[in-house]
Amino acid sequence: MYQLIVFLPLLGAIIGGAISVWGAARRFPGGEPAAGAEDHAADAGPHISAHGDESGVVHETHHEDESHEPAAEGSRAAELVTSGFLIVAAVLSWVAFIGFWFGGAEPERVPVMNWFTSGNLGVDWALHIDTLTVVMLVVVNTVSALVHVYSIGYMAHDPYRPRFFAYLSMFTFAMLALVTSDNLVQLFFGWEGVGLASYLLIGFWYTRPSANAAAIKAFVVNRVGDFGFALGIFAIFLLFKSVDYETIFANASAVAGTKMHFLSWNVDALTVTCLLLFMGAMGKSAQFLLHTWLPDAMEGPTPVSALIHAATMVTAGVFMVARLSPLFDLAPGALAFVTFIGATTAFFAATVGLVQNDIKRVVAYSTCSQLGYMFVALGIGAYPVAIFHLFTHAFFKALLFLGSGSVIHAVGGEQDMRKMGGLRTRIPVTYWMMVIGTLALTGFPLTAGYFSKDAIIEAAFHGTNAAAGYAWALVVFAALLTSFYSWRLIFMTFHGEPRASKEVMDHVHESPPVMLVPLYVLAAGALLAGLVFTGTFIGGGNGAFWREALIAGEHAPILEAMEQSPWWVTYLPTVMMAIGAAVAVWFYLVDTRVPRELAERNDWLYRFLLNKWYFDELYDFIFVRGANLLGRFLWKQGDGWTIDGWGPDGVSAWVLDITQRVVRLQSGYLYHYAFAMLIGVAALVTWLMFAG
Amino acid sequence: MIGLSHYLTVAAILFTIGIFGIFINRKNVIVILMSIELILLAVNINLVAFSAFLGDLVGQVFALFVLTVAAAEASIGLAILVVFYRNRGSIAVEDINVMRG
Repeated sequence: MYQLIVFLPLLGAIIGGAISVWGAARRFPGGEPAAGAEDHAADAGPHISAHGDESGVVHETHHEDESHEPAAEGSRAAELVTSGFLIVAAVLSWVAFIGFWFGGAEPERVPVMNWFTSGNLGVDWALHIDTLTVVMLVVVNTVSALVHVYSIGYMAHDPYRPRFFAYLSMFTFAMLALVTSDNLVQLFFGWEGVGLASYLLIGFWYTRPSANAAAIKAFVVNRVGDFGFALGIFAIFLLFKSVDYETIFANASAVAGTKMHFLSWNVDALTVTCLLLFMGAMGKSAQFLLHTWLPDAMEGPTPVSALIHAATMVTAGVFMVARLSPLFDLAPGALAFVTFIGATTAFFAATVGLVQNDIKRVVAYSTCSQLGYMFVALGIGAYPVAIFHLFTHAFFKALLFLGSGSVIHAVGGEQDMRKMGGLRTRIPVTYWMMVIGTLALTGFPLTAGYFSKDAIIEAAFHGTNAAAGYAWALVVFAALLTSFYSWRLIFMTFHGEPRASKEVMDHVHESPPVMLVPLYVLAAGALLAGLVFTGTFIGGGNGAFWREALIAGEHAPILEAMEQSPWWVTYLPTVMMAIGAAVAVWFYLVDTRVPRELAERNDWLYRFLLNKWYFDELYDFIFVRGANLLGRFLWKQGDGWTIDGWGPDGVSAWVLDITQRVVRLQSGYLYHYAFAMLIGVAALVTWLMFAG
Repeated sequence: MIGLSHYLTVAAILFTIGIFGIFINRKNVIVILMSIELILLAVNINLVAFSAFLGDLVGQVFALFVLTVAAAEASIGLAILVVFYRNRGSIAVEDINVMRG
């Protein structure tokens, strides 16, 4: 069964890819498309909006009238095959999950094959099945299956659907390989696989320069994190002589406290290793300093944003830290750092989300912020709480993204909230789904976020490490900001006067059922996941649920401490949520002039937030500009002057130069040659006479 | 009394005229052919003179062979010239520089 869960998406990806290649071959039988066909494809692709505002709002176009190109052959087959396989995999995941939920199933290790053996390093390909894996399987496969189904509607007018679905399935397979990994090398395979799929899907509309730039940015920023991650894996192999989880966890306490020579300092080995591993998590989960790629990744189609950049891939970092929790738990320094970064991200992303105007970017910053919450929970040792938030967040964030997609679909590709408004009556189903997602995100009582997010805030209050107090203050404040920007999104999009042109408003239509059904399922999850699963995931019996998969139960004292919170700590997040919502109501429903006046009065603050704390500019100044200068120097001085001047090209230039002069001696006149011969003979004879 | 040195002197003068005829001449390829004949004649005079001086007939036999070869060479050279003129319309030395690099 587990093999089926993991490898069905791979099969789907291969079939989808084959259909896509076959369709391309049918479309251009002569091989390369002609130049005219290329232009045509560029016309049909989505285009960058003409209004050049600083928020960089872009359009996704999928009107019937704008896509001239016929769909690739086999589109329908590719959709059905990949979606069908994913649905089967999702159902099987739930079966596996229910087995663990009711305590029937035992953790097991399903060997698949020996991957490679090199000296001491032996790497098997095996499926490591325990509670954590099964929870992730459910999250990944459920959201992926729903996104596949949703995409059938959302991408209906795109001519390259087989490719899209093949990529989606490939992503799902890589993510499953990641969560079922039995050792760090297999984890790294999945890690890079999802990175690749993310790159391909962000750049899916490859005729659009901004999409290509965003894809490259995501890939490069992730490489920075992966550099640390790879070093961390090397360090683990150095310490444990193995990359298997089993061996690592068994020997973790023996290694604790040893010193390691790193960058000319002697430092605690586990702390350094965990920090390096966390660097990878920072890249993949878009944490503070390495977050810049996530908002730009919204260039991809919206279902991709929902699946990869909200529900699954970006949580890989959280999963990795949770998976290695026995290791991180022995490195309190590293945990404090995790807490610090998580809290900073939660706060930072929430502040930026306050002023963004692109509907998808608001949700993207919200994702970034919620990931910060998860890292706060990990950092203070409340691992089950982090995974619980990951679980519920996948539902409501995917819901919000798919809802945004439905809105974008309705208004014909517009993403700028300033050009929306008044959509509530036109698309009521989407409106209510978005409201449910928002309620869950902001932590309205009895929704999913109320249980998971508020549990994190409560846990932060009881945290004991150095950064816990800082984290608590920031996540409480971020809860207020979260509520504000989430309701701002709802109010700007759905309430008030319509700000779109009349012709757009006339075309506003509710999405087809194929897009709405996934929304219903996710909405059910967003409403009920908290109620149903709180007791199991983080309640009293959580030790029995998680068993050896996580540091939980009696090993995680913070969960018990949370039971004895003062009453005001328990209610604080809800109060913050209410304040945020009230302010949003005041700003965007009651008195709509207030936000503008506030922005004008605090102009520098507004600009600071609108430009995302100037991180892109800072990185551009420090890294991009420097790399450009270095590259230019190597190009002009290193390559142009040295290599071309003195290397092969220089030598060949000299040879040419000299021979050109020699050639001038060859006049072509016979008498010159004869003369030369004569002089030569005379010289020779003279020499013979006098030398002889 | 006309001795060996006189013959050799005449031969040397003829040879020198032949050489100069080749590379001072700027006019005509035929002159070059004639100059080559002059050089060959100078060699022949040398051969015959030494033959008589040393009392060895081989030199005179050799001179006869040289005359034969020279006649053949002159006829081939003239034939080439005729063809060349047909192709190029000129046999002026200045114009013949196909081999220029």
